[in-house]
Formats: sequence, structure tokens, C-alpha cells
Amino acid sequence: MGLDIRLPIGGLFTVLGLLLAGYGLVSEKALYERSLGINVNLEWGLVMLIFGVIMVVLGRRGTRNGDNRRHEVAQHRPDTSHH
Amino acid sequence: MNLTTIDWIIMLVYFIFVLGIGFLLKRKVKTSTDFFLAGRAIPAWVCGLAFISANLGAQEVIGMAASGAKYGIATSHFYWIGAIPAMVFVGIFMMPFYYGSRARSVPEYLRLRFDEKTRGLNAISFAIMTVFSSGISMYAMARLIQTLHILDAPFRRMSFPPQWIFDVSILFSALVVLAYILLGGLSSAIYNEVLQFFLIVAGFLPLVWLGLKNVGGWHGLTERLPRAYTHSWAGMSNPHTNPLGVEWFGLVMGLGFVLSFGYWCTDFLVVQRAMAADSMSAARRTPLIAAIPKMFFPFLVILPGLIAIALPTQLSPVASTAAAQSVPSAGEGLIPAKMDETGQPKLDQNGKPVLDYDLAIPNMLLRYFPTGILGLGLTALLASFMSGMAGNVTAFNTVWTYDIYQSYIRPNASDAHYLLMGRLATVFGIALSIMAAYAATRFNNIMDMLQLVFAFVNAPLFATFLLGMFWKRATGHGAFSGLVSGTTAAALHHGLTLSAGAAPGIKGAWLGPVLHTYPSEMAQNFWTAIWAWTTCFVVTILVSLMTPPRDEKDLVGLVHSLTARPSEENVPWYKRPAILGALVLAMTLLLNLIFW
Repeated sequence: MGLDIRLPIGGLFTVLGLLLAGYGLVSEKALYERSLGINVNLEWGLVMLIFGVIMVVLGRRGTRNGDNRRHEVAQHRPDTSHH
Repeated sequence: MNLTTIDWIIMLVYFIFVLGIGFLLKRKVKTSTDFFLAGRAIPAWVCGLAFISANLGAQEVIGMAASGAKYGIATSHFYWIGAIPAMVFVGIFMMPFYYGSRARSVPEYLRLRFDEKTRGLNAISFAIMTVFSSGISMYAMARLIQTLHILDAPFRRMSFPPQWIFDVSILFSALVVLAYILLGGLSSAIYNEVLQFFLIVAGFLPLVWLGLKNVGGWHGLTERLPRAYTHSWAGMSNPHTNPLGVEWFGLVMGLGFVLSFGYWCTDFLVVQRAMAADSMSAARRTPLIAAIPKMFFPFLVILPGLIAIALPTQLSPVASTAAAQSVPSAGEGLIPAKMDETGQPKLDQNGKPVLDYDLAIPNMLLRYFPTGILGLGLTALLASFMSGMAGNVTAFNTVWTYDIYQSYIRPNASDAHYLLMGRLATVFGIALSIMAAYAATRFNNIMDMLQLVFAFVNAPLFATFLLGMFWKRATGHGAFSGLVSGTTAAALHHGLTLSAGAAPGIKGAWLGPVLHTYPSEMAQNFWTAIWAWTTCFVVTILVSLMTPPRDEKDLVGLVHSLTARPSEENVPWYKRPAILGALVLAMTLLLNLIFW
């Protein structure tokens, strides 16, 4: 299918990662009593951000390669469309 | 529960992406094959993740944590001897016939291999089942939203009456699922399932991390809990010495062989994901790829339950009623006791409080997650409900359109007509699910009863497929009478047996005399399945031998001995199903040994 699934996944994780990490930076320390003193918003937000960026990069590369491949196939068999 | 703006923003972002995928895929849907089979153009790893995600409904996330709290790590048998071997089997041995026959659904394979009546029986029972399952999912989600008081504050602010929360939750989830399936069909459902898979992992992994850290890691957990809770095979030689109340034979045959193979190998809900793959090789790899994350799911969904029960008994953040919060000592760990109408803890026959295990996951989320990541955790939970619902709806619209409408109501219409019918069936299926969800609020027993009937219908199915694919002599009459007698055997067995401590009725023995009493309900279920399977197997063979066989040339591509093996010569070793399958099984064996 035309849409590489890694792009929406990467997009969602990048946005959510940025939101969580950003919130983790500005929120008060007292909030993290529940999470054993760990700023889980910041730490997990960064993990999600990294994962998201990797997915976007892979997805874009995949889309480009996919397009090239389709291009090549089309060039190699120029007469298939006439059948 | 106090959600802040950041939590709402996270949920909102998720819904924007879910609907966005539907819109982006809309222009790709031109034919009915695009809508029902995603144009058979999806790569293997995407199908693989959708394969497990379609099943990763709320029943799995909430239910597995609940079982983890109730039975301990033995719950992992549902994965390590249940799902995984079955997934390897369907990938290596069965997919060549599903994908190779070009059947568009599992019931359609039954028509190609056997006959019309076998297909009809399977298609109709499956269609009814999917509608009710998605209704149950919807109902469970709305109840959870009520219990967690997620919408209470926004409702107060907008001065809506709180009684509407249940209705709004049902309507909203139905509209979201409806929108993205109508737009993009199966591709949209599959893409969203993959998205939901990653989201569920992202939401629950930090929960396990924090929980384990708090109890002192796995080692700390083993010290806090009885031995059988952390050793999956402890006491399995005798049903009375392990928490599941079933011995190893009943476990391996009932759960492993009959129930899990029956589900993963014949349920169109999951098989449909593999049928959408872009090639035979990708279709065969789909369940094998799915098996790899699946084998680690116990750590994601069962561990939170174990942690919840291992914590010191404390006031749980959510209990089903306010009364339960006032008597925290009746609960155990983070799990509150169930309350009766008078506000006292419900007691079982031994005078111990009955625990509300389904609240394990919600309580863990509220115990460890501060605002921010709490929004993520709740979004993951909502995602699991919606992927379960969408999976059922896409399976329903396909079976309805191809196996019921096209076969019995209006054959030979144009493709555009069936595409329209598929869209209508989506609306219709969701409307029926909503009705099922409301039926569940009125008559709780009806849902239990329906699930029981489905279990009777499903238990013998795997025998039919096994004989159909591997014994060319099996006939349509044999398959049909096998299925009917297998279902009857299941009902009879259930009606004549009981589990220890249960009252006759929905739990068994509704036929009067009790011929056998099992130590647990699980043991009774497993043995019901074993009886059903065996009856179906034997009756199918007997009736087949008495009825005329089908011409062998009609069975090419449908039966093992008459079908050429798929060529693997140009496939690199790591993509070969047999090698992947062996690898998956070896890893699963290793997990069994580690948690022995």
C-alpha cells in the first residue's frame, strides 16, 4: 500500500515523546512521588522520541526505495501496460 | 481520578492519528478486495503485528493481569504452550492452504474443501460471535471508564448528567472505529492495530519497569509470593497441587492442543490478517513473526498482576465501589475485594473475601503513573479496547458480505455492490455490537451463556480443519456431522460435570446428574474442549468413510498430499518458515525452562 506504516507510527511517537518529555521538564518534582522519584515523563518521553525519530527515518527511506524500485520495474518492462 | 490537560492532549493526539490513517488510506480503497483483504498487499511484519494486535483486546490486557494476580506465572501457559505452538503450526502447515486456495475467508475455505452446509454453519456462528465479542469489548470499556471516573470531571464542567458517561463512552468508541473502518477497510484496521500494538507496549512497559523496581526485581517478587506463583510448572503433576487446578495432561491437550490450536488456526479474526499479506511467503511468515513478540507478552500483561498482588495490602486507588475503599484490609496487595449490596466484602465458601482481580491493571496504572504518562497508559488501555473491537468488525463485514450475502442472498452482483455492502455491514455490525453491549448491561447471564455456547461451537473446529487439510478422504457430510456432534458433546460434557464449589446452572451440571467434579473451572473447560475435539475427530472419520469421497482433482491446493510444497529456493534462510518456526519453538522452550 502507498502509505508506509512506519511514518504514522514514527509521527505519533515523536509527538507523544515531545509532549511527555516537555512536560517532564517543566513539571514539579513532587509529582513523581508515585513513580518512586523517577521523572518518568521525561525519561520515557525521551525513549519514545528516539523510537519515533528512528521509525520516521526508516519509513522515509523505505518509501524512497519503494518508489525507486517501482520506477525500475516500470522501466524494465515498458510494454506491460499495453496488454 | 484527576486527569490534567497534558493527559487529555495525549489522548487527543492518539485519536487524531487513528482517524488520520483512515483518511490517508481512503483513496486506496477502490475494489472489494481492497476493502476486505487490504488488496493482499501488506508486508509480513505489519501483518504479523496486526495478527497479535487484533487479539490484544481488553479481554487480554485486563484479563491476563487478572489471571496473573489470581494464578501467578502459570498464566503464561496460555502463551508458552497455548498460543505460540499454535501460531507456528498455522504458519508452517496451514497457511499454504488458506492463502494458496485464494479463499477470501476461513468459511470460504470450508466451502472449497467440504461443502456449502459446513461453510454456512461456520459463517453464521462466526458472524454472531464477532458481533457479541465486539459488544462485550465496548461494554467493558464503558464500565472501566465509569469505574475509573475518567469522564466525571469533564462532565461536571459541562454540566452533563453523570448517567450519560456510559452511553457517551459506547457511542464515542463506536464512532471512532466506524469512521476508520469505513474509510480504509481492512488496511485501515490493520494499520491501526499496528499503531495500537506499539502504543500498548509503550504504555505498559514503564508500568512493569516501575513495579518491578518497587518490589525489588524478579528476585524480590519470588521472595514475596508463594513458590507456585513464580514457577509456571510447579505442582503440575496433580490438579490439587497447582493454582490452575489442572494436571499437565489436561493443560497440554485441552489448552495447548484443542483450545489454542482451535483459536489461532481457525479463527478468521486472526487468519484474515495473514490472508492480507502480499505473498504466500509473507502469509506464512505472518504468524511466525507474530509469535516472537507474543512470547514476551507475559512480561507485559501478566507481570503487572503478579506485582499488584505482591505489594503490601493497601488502599487501592480504584475499587469498584466506595465501600470497598473503606475496608482496604479485605483486599490483597493492590487488589480490592468485591463488595455486596450492603457494603460488606463478598465472601466465598471458605469465608475469604472475593477479590476483584480485573482491577489489577487500573490500580497499577493509578498507583505508579503520575499525570502525563498516566494519559499514555489510559490511551494504551483505550487502544486495546478499540483494536479488539475493530478486529471483530472487519472479520464480521467480510464473512457477512462474502459468505452470507454473496452466497445466499445476492450472488452475481457487481464488485462495487459488494464494496457498498461491506461498508453497510460495517455500520450494521457496529450497531449490533452496541445493542449487544446494552444487552450485557441488562442481562449479565446472557453474556456468560453466549460465551459458553461459543466455546461449544469452537471447541471441535480444529479437528475439522486438521482432517480437512491432511486427510483427503474427509468428506463434507463427515465434516458437518463431526462439527454438530462435537458441539453436542461439549454441551453434554458441560451439562453433566461441575467444578468444585460451583453451583449447578451456568457453571455446569444443568442436565441434572453430576457425573464428575473437576477441581477447578479451568480444568472443566479444558476437558470439555478435549471431549468436543475427540468426538468431532472420530465422527468425521466414521461418517467420511461411509460417504463417497470427492474427486481428487477438485482437492488440489486444498489438501496437503495433493498440493505442491511452496518453493523456498530463492528465500534467504531467515525468511524460511521452517527455520523461523524452529527458532520460535526453541525460544519458547527456553522460556518454559527459565520459569520452570
